[in-house]
Amino acid sequence: MQALPSRLSLLRRRRAEERAVKAVLLLFAMVSTLTTLGIIYVLFQETALFFREVSFAQFFLDTRWTPLFLSQRFGIWPLVNGTVLVAALAMVVALPLGLLAAIFMSEFASEKVRRILKPFLEILAGIPTVVYGYFALTFITPLLRSIFPQTQVFNAASAAIAMGFMILPTVASLSEDALYAVPRSLREAAYALGATRWEVATQVVVPAALSGIAAAFILAVSRAVGETMIVAIAAGQQPKLTLNPLESIETMTAYIVQVSLGDTPHQSLAYMTIFAVGMMLFLMTLGMNVASYMLTQRYREVYE
Amino acid sequence: MKGYEVRFEPDLPRRQAVGRIWQGVALLAILMGIAVLLTLLVRVFLDGLPYLRPQLFTEFPSRFPDKAGLRSALQGSIWLMVLTALLSFPLGVGAGIYLEEFAPKNAITRFIEINIANLAGVPSIIYGLLGLGLFVRGLGLGRSLLAGVLTMTLVILPVIIVSTRESLRAVPASIREAALALGASRWEMVRDHVLVYSMGGILTGMILALSRAIGETAPLITIGALTYIAFDPRGPLDIFTVLPIQIFNWVSMPQEAFHRLAAAGIVILLAVLLSMNALAIWLRNRLQKRW
Repeated sequence: MQALPSRLSLLRRRRAEERAVKAVLLLFAMVSTLTTLGIIYVLFQETALFFREVSFAQFFLDTRWTPLFLSQRFGIWPLVNGTVLVAALAMVVALPLGLLAAIFMSEFASEKVRRILKPFLEILAGIPTVVYGYFALTFITPLLRSIFPQTQVFNAASAAIAMGFMILPTVASLSEDALYAVPRSLREAAYALGATRWEVATQVVVPAALSGIAAAFILAVSRAVGETMIVAIAAGQQPKLTLNPLESIETMTAYIVQVSLGDTPHQSLAYMTIFAVGMMLFLMTLGMNVASYMLTQRYREVYE
Repeated sequence: MKGYEVRFEPDLPRRQAVGRIWQGVALLAILMGIAVLLTLLVRVFLDGLPYLRPQLFTEFPSRFPDKAGLRSALQGSIWLMVLTALLSFPLGVGAGIYLEEFAPKNAITRFIEINIANLAGVPSIIYGLLGLGLFVRGLGLGRSLLAGVLTMTLVILPVIIVSTRESLRAVPASIREAALALGASRWEMVRDHVLVYSMGGILTGMILALSRAIGETAPLITIGALTYIAFDPRGPLDIFTVLPIQIFNWVSMPQEAFHRLAAAGIVILLAVLLSMNALAIWLRNRLQKRW
């Protein structure tokens, strides 16, 4: 009879402990939400200060970006131009190679071959970006200069090629997941109609996995746009409007690095520019990430 | 009705030949990636060879390549890795446990999940701007190791949460049901059963996340991690530098000798990363349970 109250209090204690643990864990889970809020808050605050000094029209209509010079100009387009140029070129490397690699891994490779090839792609994906930057500057650039002598020491193409190979494994692995999710029955139906393996892969499996592949592609573009160290090392510091990949350019990320390395005083206009540029970058990648996420959700629903 | 006039032409040998050619092309795509990887590794190693010597570990950075070393960068990287691990492990694993084992299926949970998925895709340099605005200026931590640790923790949290959730999900429901049937509370079930079985996977994910942290450069540059540090860091409030920043610094120099120093630094960095990956694979094989 005496055991009863103590057991009750034990139960109560356990329940209190349970609630406390749950609350703490929820708090940990909220850190990510706070991070997003923090990013938006910091970017927004400094960007608002920036736009008090510089008008929207100047930012979006001017065609020159020279905040660190005496004659300050704040047209964002040269930086966007550099970013898009490098990202687009990187995609020329990463998308076809990545998709082909995914098709080979998912549709043709035997289990044994997969086990040999996969670790290489994983290592390729795990190499720090600063290493790719070194590789671009000391290996790819000299190579390009021997083919196209007019290539500048810092140029968009060299950074883009290194970036392409850096992103290739991401494209390959995400596309492979999408291909893998296509049910067997679709493949077998196509075989039964007399299609060859390659025809099944390209005319049945790839179209069926298209939204997943598109999601992978968009994510790849987003990574290329946000990639920093390769372009900071190999692509140069000259913001300009050009489509010539052999010229020196500057990307949004490289600009942020350039300012961060210098002794730009806090509260100065140049200091605020990196947040305005960061805001632009954040919005661009956010848009792409959301699009990619929605596409993945869609293709998951089809076959489950 | 032109579409119906298509005649069936089997011509199987030709179609199969085309398939084989494309299959070869697809294999070539992978081999190209591997070729780039091997070229990169061999080049870096050969470039760095002359500077791979004891002084690389014992000397501070210097204006003279022959006297320069990685001492402060190595110490900074170790400090950063240990402190980031201490902070991000409880936060990331805790968040993963909450979302996988406790969270009700409602709008708030979905919001947190979408948030994490999105954060994983935010460029790391944006985290640097967050760290600059929030930790360096906002909290007044300055360009300290602590500011770097906090920033890097936020960078790798999404990775840890995702891998923790995957490891927890791999534990079969029967284990949970057995524990609950014997009267365990939810937390007791997680702590004494589910976590024990999934620890291999969680630790593997943790090591992989940390290996990302020590290679990450951009956010630390943005918060202003200095490159010229000629003393041993004593604590979390000291200014600091890390391996990839020192490498970046050397790559940015015009002289060839500094490029070779950078290559030597890269060899060290890659060696650390590869051994961490090997450790992760070993852990996975040893601790991970197959059901």
